[in-house]
Amino acid sequence: MSAQRTTRITLAKGLNMGLRRAMEDDPKVLVMGEDVGKLGGVFRITDGLQKDFGEDRVIDSPLAESGIVGTAVGMALRGYRPVVEIQFDGFVYPAYDQIVCQVAKMCYRSKGRTPMPMVIRIPFGGGIGAVEHHSESPEAQFAHTPGLKVVACSNPVDGYWMIQQAIASDDPVVFLEPKRQYHADKADLDETTTPEPLFASRVVRRGTDATVVAYGPTVKTAMRAAEAAATEGQSLEVVDLRTLSPLDLDPVYDSVRRTGRLVVCHEAHVNLGMGAEVAARVAEECFYSLEAPVLRVGGFDTPYPASRIEEDFLPDLDRVLDAVDRSLAY
Amino acid sequence: MSLTNEELLEMQRRMVRIRRFDERASKMVKRGQIPGTVHTSIGQEAQVVGACMALGDDDYMSGNHRSHGHPIGKGSPLGPLMAELVGKSGGVCGGKGGSLHLADFAVGSLGESGIVGSSIPIATGAALSSKVLGNGKVSLAFFGDGAANQGCLYEAMNLAGVWQLPVVFLCENNQYALSTPAHTVTSGVIADRAAGFGMPGVRVEDGQDAMAVYDAVSTAVERARAGDGPTLVEVVTYRYNEHSEGLRLGTDYRNADERTQWLERDPIVLFRRHLVETGVATDEEMDALEAEVLDEVEQAFQFSQDSPFPDPEVAFRDLYTEPIGVTS
Ligand SMILES: Cc1ncc(C[n+]2csc(CCOP(=O)(O)OP(=O)(O)O)c2C)c(N)n1
Ligand SMILES: [Mg+2]
Repeated sequence: MSAQRTTRITLAKGLNMGLRRAMEDDPKVLVMGEDVGKLGGVFRITDGLQKDFGEDRVIDSPLAESGIVGTAVGMALRGYRPVVEIQFDGFVYPAYDQIVCQVAKMCYRSKGRTPMPMVIRIPFGGGIGAVEHHSESPEAQFAHTPGLKVVACSNPVDGYWMIQQAIASDDPVVFLEPKRQYHADKADLDETTTPEPLFASRVVRRGTDATVVAYGPTVKTAMRAAEAAATEGQSLEVVDLRTLSPLDLDPVYDSVRRTGRLVVCHEAHVNLGMGAEVAARVAEECFYSLEAPVLRVGGFDTPYPASRIEEDFLPDLDRVLDAVDRSLAY
Repeated sequence: MSLTNEELLEMQRRMVRIRRFDERASKMVKRGQIPGTVHTSIGQEAQVVGACMALGDDDYMSGNHRSHGHPIGKGSPLGPLMAELVGKSGGVCGGKGGSLHLADFAVGSLGESGIVGSSIPIATGAALSSKVLGNGKVSLAFFGDGAANQGCLYEAMNLAGVWQLPVVFLCENNQYALSTPAHTVTSGVIADRAAGFGMPGVRVEDGQDAMAVYDAVSTAVERARAGDGPTLVEVVTYRYNEHSEGLRLGTDYRNADERTQWLERDPIVLFRRHLVETGVATDEEMDALEAEVLDEVEQAFQFSQDSPFPDPEVAFRDLYTEPIGVTS
């Protein structure tokens, strides 16, 4: 048994360390994207990797998202495990064709002969004072596509483990990173522990009165809401979904059977967002346990607004608590 | 194709406007008066204005994320542009576009887009409308050396070539896409790519010379207007500031000597010297012009401060012509 090694890290650092470890463990892992090499990425997630692993394994690509992802498909076909960085959420759309029509379907249409062990990293969500294309939450579009797996990390320790697990997966994983959390909070990482499975959600706070489901950037919002609610005598249970496709809702069903109330919170537009799927499945599984309709708190059904008013657009503590109150009062 | 003295002075005025406007915008970002960041056109004024002055008032243009120079180059007043950067209701897009989408439709803009490359086919489509309508209007698509590697450029060039559309593809080659040097990601010479689509490709080696840019683009515009089809013009230039204001790329991705050399070819200094040497203006007149522009920028700043913030309710407006109601 190796000695415990604890490091205090940010999410950005956790991802960077996780990528580094994956590259050390497997020479077939390589990183591709715009400005990922010499610069280390605009968010510095790939900082130092090119220096240590060389230009053949950390590739600065032209500004051409469709080309980058398509090339990664070719590399994956030949046994590599490419990790592609999309610079910001909104820049994934030029690559949408490759992701949805090739990455997602290769394995299926080849009768399992050509798995796609690829990770597409996307910094997602708002809160950094940017505008459309730089603040979006496109997860539902990928979760809706059979053949893709979609996960979202919410904290530094998960960042470290989940990126390695995603890289080790033989299936393509769209890996969402809440960009506003990159440098926000620190947590203690013990690299000697065994992580939980990648495709599993997790109860991050126990409670009895209502359940709040979140993922990525809204986990922090939900936790703060739970703290605030506690001061008013309300006990909220918070579930971090972590995996959006496949969904792991057993912990949610279990929670809802106890609390009878559910609020789902994400930054993405509410209309046909992940919350709709969670609500539908909870209605199917927990119908007799529900004391109130499942409520959703999310981005409004408009394009991501000018940064001036993004705080009005994003779900915040008040909107979550408001939904909880409505659920409890139902 | 030769410009009157008045037009030459206007050319300098627009270049100075871009410089002072962007200097002010940069300061405002640092002081937190503009949310987010902005991409300035500082250093690239000759490339922007030389191209814009070759267009008529009714001609179209499309741009990109580095979008302040384009409307100013085409003659937009500064106040509503500045207010847009601040996100005010008096902004050209009512505060909804911001710096990345600073498009003044009143001067022929077809929109500026933060998605690098995506506005090029749009300019091509406007050119198709000109051809069908026979109205003689020309489209000009601005895009960077980074965008030159996006596939949609080549889809657009093929369409323009095969349909002989009145469009000018103008590559603002400032030699970097963010931190990536163009020579590390670009196969061959961008201008040479035109040959593959059967259109002329022109490379303006000194994009700091406003007249050189103006001449090359004028030739392309005349060709387009005469029904002879598209041209690709690549202009070699340099951005003096960081990729965007406040961003610290923190590596020595651009070497200092290179920057110094390009600073010595400051397009505004060069053109002023040219105007004085050729007797178009005196030094005193040039000083007066610069003072006037500073004044304009100050007024634009005042306008941006006086303009009210948009009512948050406008976030729900204009998504459709026939609203469907917001579902959450
Ligand atoms: C599709 C897309 N990918 C990536 C980006 C991020 N990005 C913004 S500007 C830029 C560099 C653009 O370089 P270039 O086209 O040369 O224009 P310049 O900034 O040099 O004017 C990048 C990578 C983006 N906005 N859109
Ligand atoms: Mg460039």
